[in-house]
Order: sequence, then C-alpha cells, then structure tokens
Amino acid sequence: NDNLAQVQHVVLVLSGKGGVGKSTITTELALALRHAGKKVGILDIDLCGPSIPRMLSVGRPDVHQCDLGWVPVYTDAEKSLALMSIGFLLDDPDDAVVWRGPKKTALIGQFVSDVAWGELDVLLVDTPPGTSDEHLAVLENLKKHKVDGAILVTTPQAVSTGDVRREITFCKKTGLRILGIVENMSGFACPHCSECTNIFSKGGGEDLAKLTGSVFLGSVPLDPLLSASIEEGKDFIQSFPHSPTFSAITSISHTLLNSLQAA
Amino acid sequence: HYKQRKFKALQERQRQQMARGLPKQKPITGVKQVIVVASGKGGVGKSTTAVNLALGLTAVNPSKSVGVLDADVHGPSIPKLMNLKGNPELTDNNLMIPLTNYGIPCMSMGFLVDDAAPIVWRGLMVMSAIEKLLRQVNWGSLDYLVVDMPPGTGDVQLSISQNIPVAGAVIVSTPQDIALLDARRGAEMFKKVNVPVLGLVQNMSVFQCPNCHHQTHIFGSDGARRLAETLGVHFLGDIPLHLNIREMSDRGQPVVVSSPDSPEAEAYKKVAAAVVRRLEEVST
Repeated sequence: NDNLAQVQHVVLVLSGKGGVGKSTITTELALALRHAGKKVGILDIDLCGPSIPRMLSVGRPDVHQCDLGWVPVYTDAEKSLALMSIGFLLDDPDDAVVWRGPKKTALIGQFVSDVAWGELDVLLVDTPPGTSDEHLAVLENLKKHKVDGAILVTTPQAVSTGDVRREITFCKKTGLRILGIVENMSGFACPHCSECTNIFSKGGGEDLAKLTGSVFLGSVPLDPLLSASIEEGKDFIQSFPHSPTFSAITSISHTLLNSLQAA
Repeated sequence: HYKQRKFKALQERQRQQMARGLPKQKPITGVKQVIVVASGKGGVGKSTTAVNLALGLTAVNPSKSVGVLDADVHGPSIPKLMNLKGNPELTDNNLMIPLTNYGIPCMSMGFLVDDAAPIVWRGLMVMSAIEKLLRQVNWGSLDYLVVDMPPGTGDVQLSISQNIPVAGAVIVSTPQDIALLDARRGAEMFKKVNVPVLGLVQNMSVFQCPNCHHQTHIFGSDGARRLAETLGVHFLGDIPLHLNIREMSDRGQPVVVSSPDSPEAEAYKKVAAAVVRRLEEVST
C-alpha cells in the first residue's frame, strides 16, 4: 500500500534559516494553488514549532485512523486542502515537544508513509530550520517516491542568505532539485506615506539565485496585512486580491506549477 | 508496613539508577555564569540579541568579561554579526582559542566549516559538537558566557541544560502569536530542565517610518508583554524594528558599539541591566 501513489507532485519548502517565512509561504502557496483549482496537501514536519494548523485555523481536531493509516485534517467540506501536523496529535497543541533525533526520525517516517492523502495534485512539505534529523528523515522516507524538488525561502539580509547558501549546497549534494528561491520580507511600504524601507534589505535572495545558478521565483514584500491574516488563520488570497503581495504569491505559484508540469 | 518499606526501597533504587543515567552537570572552567538566549521560534533575533546583550553587559559594567558561544550548529550567525572569520588556533593543550572582536571572545561552528558547507548532522553528532564548543575552548576567566541557542526544543537545548549549570535563560520573541506559541514552548522546556527563566524580550516590537514617523506594528503588538504576564515571567524590554540594527548586523558592527547613543542601543543596554538584576534575584 502506497499512500503517496496518487500524489502527483511533492515539493519541499526549505530554508536553513529560521523565521524567514517557510510556513507562511507554504500556506500562501497552498491557498493560491487551491484557488487555481488544485487539490493540495501540506505535511508539517516542524515537530518543535508546528505553525501550519494555526495559520489555517483548523483548531484542535481529532485525527482519525482508517485502513490505510491516518486520515488528514481537511480545512473545508470540499476536501481541497488536506493537512497533517504533530500539532494534531498532541493533547494540547501548544505543548512543548522536547524530543531527541531518533524519536523525531521515527514520527517523520510515519508521517511520510502512514497518512492517507488520497488524490492530490501537490503535496507541500513544510520543514523546520536547519539541516538535521527531520530533513534527513523526510528525504530518506521519500526516496521511494518522486520528489519534484525544493523551494528555498530566504529574507534578503546577509545572516539569512548565508544559511540558505548552505541549504543550496545540501540540495545539490542530496540530488534534490531546486525549483527556485523566494525572497520574502523584501521591502516594507509604509501604509501611511508609501515610503519603502528595506528593513531586512533587498535583493539578497535574487543575488543568491544568480550566485548559485538557481531559478529566482520572486519577491514577496513585508506586509502587515499578511502577518495579521496568518495570525488569524484567514485566507489572505481571498481577503486581499488587489494587494502587491497577492500578485507576488500568485505569480510564484504559477511559475511553480509550470515547472512541476513541465518536468 | 513491610510492603511499604520494600516499595520505598525499590523506588529509591530506581531513582538512583536513573540519576546515574543522566549526565552530571559540570561547570565550564573559568566561566562564572552562563546565560542562554533562546526562543523556540526561528528568526526572532536570538543571535542579534545575544551579541548586543553581550556588548550591553560590558557597557553597563565595563569591569565584567563576557564571551559568546554560538550553539547554532546548523545556522551559525555569530561570525557574521561579530565580523569574525578564520579557523581558531590551538593552545598547547589542544584547546581552541576563541576569536575576539569588540573585546568579546567568541566561538562558533561557523569558524570550523566552510561558508557554503551545510552541516548535515543528526542529533548525536550535534551533541558531540556542542560538547567540544563548550569544553574544548580556552575561554579564560569570564563573568558571563552568553550562549546563542538554535531554534527549537530538542537535542541542543537538552544537552546544554543537562551538561552545564545555566544561570538563566533569556527568551526572545516577536509580538506575533505564532512566535509566542513557540516562546511559550521554549519557556516550558526550561522549566522542565530546571533552568531559571530570567525573562522575555520583545524584539521587532514596532517600526517607525523614517520618512513620516508613522508607527506600524508589523509583527503585531505587545504580545510578548502579555505572554510574560500569563507565564509569570519577567518582561525584560522591547527592542524596536529599526533599519540600523539590520544594516549594522549585516556589516558585523552590532549597534551597541556602532551607534552607542541610539535608541536601539539604549534598548539593548536596558535589557542587559535587567538581565543583571534578574541574575542577582534568581541566585539568592
């Protein structure tokens, strides 16, 4: 029995650096792909800091078992967006998960093979920062399946691009195709006077893409409306269709879909 | 009565066996107090805060000697932030000599590996590396060792708290709920391993537009302050989101030394002063 057999594409969302917006970008891409009519799944393997359930405001649902394994949590009745996260398996999703490597590796193995995803167009895998047990475990377990590749998220500043550069080397060494780099929190436009301040710098992600010969997927601005939307678990794509952030995310999702379907 | 005594004896034997299993806490030679800077959440500014806290501690009391240990093995940021590069030299007894800038000796995995090389290590290897960074460094005599922790609540956090006595933990968070949830997990973890939580720092609290001075709470408002109240931990201070902090960080010139009279530097010095007060409180 292969729970990933009917999943058309598997995409990892990586960074190396913490706090650059992996979970936010994963969520927004999932919502954008859903709006484009795709069936999407998100596997959240950030065991210490699972953010996805909160960002999609699914609350504290019970996870049910079926013959094929765990039934994923759906965000809607139409089952267009499926999720699995450790947050759903804990008594209190806000509890600390203080586990050493081997225990994390074991659970991730289960997450990869024992979730009954059914038919999906795209499965996005949200990862924690770093290059450790979780990343090795997910790649090991996905070996039997086709992994289309990874999207790397960075903010433009030097401490971020430095870490993401290491992650790019990791991808090259493990044979993981880099689908492209996203530069997040790229410039902030004051809501009052529209003056743009590059709080976290600008262009660093694009430069990194050039330096390493990777595809640059695009920049997403630092947008308090997006932060607030994520905070409240709302669908940003539905709420703010006219914002520059919306165009940036939609454009990235189109580029991603094209490159998945072309390969 | 006999059964009770036997059961108590069994419990005591089990307790002793389990105590033998855990590593014994051994202080780092020459280091008086270890302060860990942690968060749970990535990207909230642990490293930036750790570096400016270390410099703030010397600014607040110039007679104190302070060092920085970068325990983020996968994403070591300290070399960049402190403008330090190069492989550490060894003493005659094979201890690594820390690299020093702005009067602060530092050690980081970043000094031991190539800039572009990923450090793809599982927990066990990470623990072994942390052990080396803790014990095989010639720290000399330090009043404070500030340890910049990686994000998460796993091997590194457990290893450090089990292997060395930690005077206190400073938890950094941004005001967003998503960061606070992780900060709460971080605080809970420290309670589990009996490390005193000195308090919470609210980083990236507010942004003031340099053009029109309008204030935007990009990452939410006051969440960390409220969390501190809920958890019953102290609130150590706010650090604003300021272009200068990031620009100077990228240049490896922490604001506390490069713009010592700026409001940002003052904010860090205030946190340093609060940390010193709290250390005195928890040690009595």
